[in-house]
Amino acid sequence: MSAALRIEGLSVAYGTGVGARRVLRDVDLEIAAGETYGLVGESGSGKSTLALAVMRQLDGAARIEGGRIRLGDDDLLARTPDQMRSVWRTRLKLVPQDPIASLNPRVRVGEQIGEALDGARGRRDRVHDLLARVGLADPVRVARSYPHQLSGGMQQRVMIALALGGEPELLILDEPTTNLDVTTEATILDLVRDLVRERGTALLYVSHSLGVVAQLCDRVAVLYAGELVEDAGVEDLFATPLHPYTRALLDAVPSLDTGTGRAPLRPIVGAFPQPQALPSGCIFAPRCPVATDLTHEVRPPLERAGPTRRVRCHRWRDIADGTLDPRQPAEVRAGADEPAPGAGDVVLELVGIEKEFPIRRSLRDIVARRPARAVRAVDCVDLRLTRTRTLGLIGESGSGKSTLAKVVIGLVPASGGRMELLGVPLAHDIARRDHSVLRRLQMVFQSADEALNPTMTVREILRRPLQRLALSSRDGVRERLAALLESVRLRPEHADRRPGELSGGERQRVAIARAFAAEPDLLVFDESVSGLDVSVQASVLNVVRDLQVERGSAYLFISHDLAVVAALADDIAVMYLGALVETGPTQAVLAPPYHPYTEALISAVPVPDPRVRRDAIRLRGDPPSPSDPPSGCPFHTRCPRFLGDVCVEEAPPWLEGEDGNRIACHIPLDELVRLQGSVAGARPPVSVEARE
Amino acid sequence: MGRARASRALAAFRPLYATRLATFGSTVVLLFALMAVFGPALAPYGANQQVYTDARQPPSLERPFGTDHLGRDVFSRVLLGTRDIFVLAGLGTLVAVLVGTAVGLLTTYLGGATEEITFRVFDSVLAMPALLFALLLLGTFGPSRNNVLAVIAVAYVPIVARVVRSVVLNVKTKDYVAAARMQGESLSRILLREILPSVLPALAVEGALRFSYAIFLVASLGFLGAGVQPPNPDWGLMISEARNFVSITPWALYFPAAAISLLVIGVNLMAEGLATALGRTP
Repeated sequence: MSAALRIEGLSVAYGTGVGARRVLRDVDLEIAAGETYGLVGESGSGKSTLALAVMRQLDGAARIEGGRIRLGDDDLLARTPDQMRSVWRTRLKLVPQDPIASLNPRVRVGEQIGEALDGARGRRDRVHDLLARVGLADPVRVARSYPHQLSGGMQQRVMIALALGGEPELLILDEPTTNLDVTTEATILDLVRDLVRERGTALLYVSHSLGVVAQLCDRVAVLYAGELVEDAGVEDLFATPLHPYTRALLDAVPSLDTGTGRAPLRPIVGAFPQPQALPSGCIFAPRCPVATDLTHEVRPPLERAGPTRRVRCHRWRDIADGTLDPRQPAEVRAGADEPAPGAGDVVLELVGIEKEFPIRRSLRDIVARRPARAVRAVDCVDLRLTRTRTLGLIGESGSGKSTLAKVVIGLVPASGGRMELLGVPLAHDIARRDHSVLRRLQMVFQSADEALNPTMTVREILRRPLQRLALSSRDGVRERLAALLESVRLRPEHADRRPGELSGGERQRVAIARAFAAEPDLLVFDESVSGLDVSVQASVLNVVRDLQVERGSAYLFISHDLAVVAALADDIAVMYLGALVETGPTQAVLAPPYHPYTEALISAVPVPDPRVRRDAIRLRGDPPSPSDPPSGCPFHTRCPRFLGDVCVEEAPPWLEGEDGNRIACHIPLDELVRLQGSVAGARPPVSVEARE
Repeated sequence: MGRARASRALAAFRPLYATRLATFGSTVVLLFALMAVFGPALAPYGANQQVYTDARQPPSLERPFGTDHLGRDVFSRVLLGTRDIFVLAGLGTLVAVLVGTAVGLLTTYLGGATEEITFRVFDSVLAMPALLFALLLLGTFGPSRNNVLAVIAVAYVPIVARVVRSVVLNVKTKDYVAAARMQGESLSRILLREILPSVLPALAVEGALRFSYAIFLVASLGFLGAGVQPPNPDWGLMISEARNFVSITPWALYFPAAAISLLVIGVNLMAEGLATALGRTP
């Protein structure tokens, strides 16, 4: 069978001479016709560079040092940029990560797709046809829209429609779902899967997510610091990874099944090598638990390890026959396992918390005497957080999770309801809280880039909370600063660096250290590990977990990533359109009966195991606007288990489950169990069509 | 330790010499600054010292810039005028930068009606050309050095405040400001320690640019007779006086005009270099 794409010995470098950063070195890979090929790696592995090199769209500073890229029988590197044009037009298409950056904001979507098509006749129909094929319900309306009028998921569908326009031989998708909600991601992946099945297009799918790759691809290649370290069929790769790095990546990913096992994740020790200072032997050697002298001295070749798999490791044979365990060492946990004193004490109680953001009325509204409207971001939320326990809060973007976090911290004062901290009423506005309250409540933000002042050193950033909130003396500050850095596994010399000189994981750990400086009773994590690579994420999660065991704080852990929440949380609360729809202990929430929304969320999580296929319960469309929430049950417009008028007219009752979970639904619990099966994962497929 | 501090202090000036043009500009400004400081010691004649026998002399070795119709030494007057223009334009700009920064920081951070009202008022001030505005004020309050200084400050406060505002609007929503609030930091500390450092690059560029416009404004006011009054050796005033004798003593006009141009160009190039080095567009 002829290959759709064949890459031989591809090397790409930025700069020249001694300082050259050789970001891709000697990469070989081959994508068969009709094959879905996954390329995984962490940030800095060179995966996007590879995608751009194939497209011949590397930026000016990058240079292809050697190798060949053949699309079918065509040598792409031999083509001039002008000659690439025809290839781009029909044969090779890229769907980028950020659709809004790739769509012209001033041109209607239909026109942009039409431009890429040949021939004027029937162009409009063909555009509508393409839009319908990527699952957009109303192609005529979408074609007339400008990009900003569409949601992120719809924009990405438009990008795929744009790519399909030329009937390409090879479609490259570069992290197309990274910025999307899991529910949207799931529908996009379904679409990609269907398109491949139906048309036999070869696909190069670039991703950092092992789950997505496991669920979508036939073959997977693992890229580490610019080198291909392993390449195998998806089942082989996930069942018996041969390269220690692949093993480490798989171990670092939290999965739903990890549950609250609280087994520490295994982060990868050490740091990514710099492309200008690569180790002389195997590039993974400094972080490899089974490295030998040979590994450190001689770079291993990419060997055939079977009819269809290749691996770049000296010791793959030992790993393959099971005599060698390439796992990363499990991190020794700092604290003991017995519960800290005061476990179970209520730290924070929320009763009927509400937050409304008024919508500014236009002059016309005022003249017409239309009543002022408001966005209900948080709607009557009751929650209780207890010492040494973690409450995970999940939901799609726009569900009000982050607003709730800010309400708790007081950055956004609640518009209604009551909060009690350790039994004492808590002022809604942070400006009205005194020091003794402030020190008990801290927060770790989503993006450490914005959470740390770029003009200050780490020392300055950490010194203030120690002085102000922990009221340490001058000497005390010095000592505790050192201890703080150590507790988040940073070295003393990090104290004199500025945020710009730290890696993403290091920055997030500084942010965590700052929040812990005053030994708070309650810590809010708002998507605090979402932006990190899996191996880094694992180590940050372990730090977070160990600190809780040591200090006994209560955590409110907000994330859209169900697997991360499952790995960390004791209890889970599910939020939709500002309201809670299900709460309870983690095991109970992750097992039937589910709230239909929880069920859809779980079903959407891509499992990093190609043998596990979850029931496809998909949510159509986007969440309704919180300025005009649906009547009755807020979820009824998208609910896959919609009953009828009762859902539209009446607010659902809270049903008490056996395991301490509560579900807001009109469907009785035993009926939900019957519909959803009794054991997660081993359920019979349910064929419930999602409603438009 | 002292050495490290010194080298850090020197490093602060590096943006001034980032590009070739910036180096040229900064050097010109430095030379004029030295003239402002040492002018009175170097000037061979007094500003109003008249030597009737030497009146209307063209430039020569003894009289490098020649003499004007009253027999005053143009070189000495240009030299002595440097301090005047530096002090007026410099102090005016400094006051404008300080007040503008304070107003911009505080009102923008607090937001709400105060911000709205403040900046609407500023907008209406900006609607009028600075020179016209200055003439109006000086016409009302009378021309004097203090009034010129005040007028520069008043004319430029809104501009500086708007530049500060644009940065603060961006920074105040950053999570590190929220983190500071979570630590119970005072308003002044949040403004000065968390936000101001991010404003400084923009402020340095804008300050330099304002300085060049202020020089121009002082000279224009002098020329129009609304600023520094005779017989002070003000460059604008010198041009205005020499204008009537341009066919007899053209040098008395050329040299102060050249001094204004050179200084303004120098300051502008310096500002541009600063902007490039600090990654901003002036």
